[in-house]
Amino acid sequence: MVANITSLGRSGLYDWMVQRVTAVVLAAYILFLLGYFVATPDLSYADWNGLFACTAMKIFTLMALISLSAHAWVGMWTISTDYLKNSVVRFLFQGTCGGIMFVYFVWGIQILWGQ
Amino acid sequence: MGQKECEEAVSDNRPVNLDLSQFSFPLPAITSVIHRATGLILFVGVAFVLWAFQESLSGEESFNAIKSVMQGFLAKLILWGILSALLYHLVAGTKHLLMDMGIGETLEGGKLGAKITLVVSIVLILITGVWIW
Ligand code: HEM
Repeated sequence: MVANITSLGRSGLYDWMVQRVTAVVLAAYILFLLGYFVATPDLSYADWNGLFACTAMKIFTLMALISLSAHAWVGMWTISTDYLKNSVVRFLFQGTCGGIMFVYFVWGIQILWGQ
Repeated sequence: MGQKECEEAVSDNRPVNLDLSQFSFPLPAITSVIHRATGLILFVGVAFVLWAFQESLSGEESFNAIKSVMQGFLAKLILWGILSALLYHLVAGTKHLLMDMGIGETLEGGKLGAKITLVVSIVLILITGVWIW
C-alpha cells in the first residue's frame, strides 16, 4: 500500500471514508438550513438569534464546521495531487488550502460562541 | 523497485495525447468535472457565507443591514451562484454516495445517473432562482 505523508489519514482508504462521512453530515446540515429558510419566509433577528442560541444548533453547526474542514481538505488535496505535478508547488498549494481551512474553522467557532 | 527502475518501466514509447479538443467527453465525465468545479467554487464561497453568517448574528442592526444588502441584484446573483454550486455538488455528491454503495454501478446506470443528476440539479437551481427573486 502506498502511504502519502500529506494526505489526511496517510491512507487513501481512510481519506475516502472521511470524505463520505463528512459529506453526509454536511448534506444533513445544509438540508436542515434550507428547510428552515423555506419554512420561515420572513425571518426576524429574534428567530435567527434564538436558533443559534440553542445548544443543539451549536453542536450541529460545530459538527458541520469540523466536517467542512476535513471534507474540503481531502477534496482540495485530491485535486492538487491530480494536477500539480511539481512537489514544491503542490506543497505550497496544500499549505495555503490548509491555512484557509483553519481560518474558516476558527472564524466559524468565533461566530458561534464569540457574540 | 528503485526510482530509476520505476521511471524506466513507465517511460516507454506510449503515445501521449493531451489535446483536450480531441477527447470525447461522455456525459458522466462532464457531470464529474462539474462536481469537482463546484467543490472548488464552494471552497471559495465559504468565505462569503461565513461573512454573512457573522453579520447576521452580531446584533439586530447588522442583521437588518445584511438583510437589505441581500435585496441588491449583485448580492442575489452571488447568493444564487453559491446556492447553485451547492445544490449541484449536493445532488452529484449524493449520486456518488449511492454508486459507492453499489447502486447504479454499471455503464448504463452511470449514464442514467449522470442524466438524473443534471436534470434534478437544473430544476432545483431554477426553483432556487425563483425563490430568491
Ligand atoms: C459545503 C461545502 C462543500 C465543499 C467546500 C466541498 C468541496 C469538495 C471538494 C473540493 C471536493 C473534491 C472534488 C474532487 O475530488 O473532484 C469534494 C468532493 C466530494 N464531495 Fe464535497 N464539498 C462540500 C459539500 C458536500 C456535500 C453537502 C456533499 C453531499 C453529498 C458532498 C459530497 C462530496 C463527495 C461524495 C465527494 C467525493 C467525490 C469523489 O470522490 O470524486 N460535498 N467536495
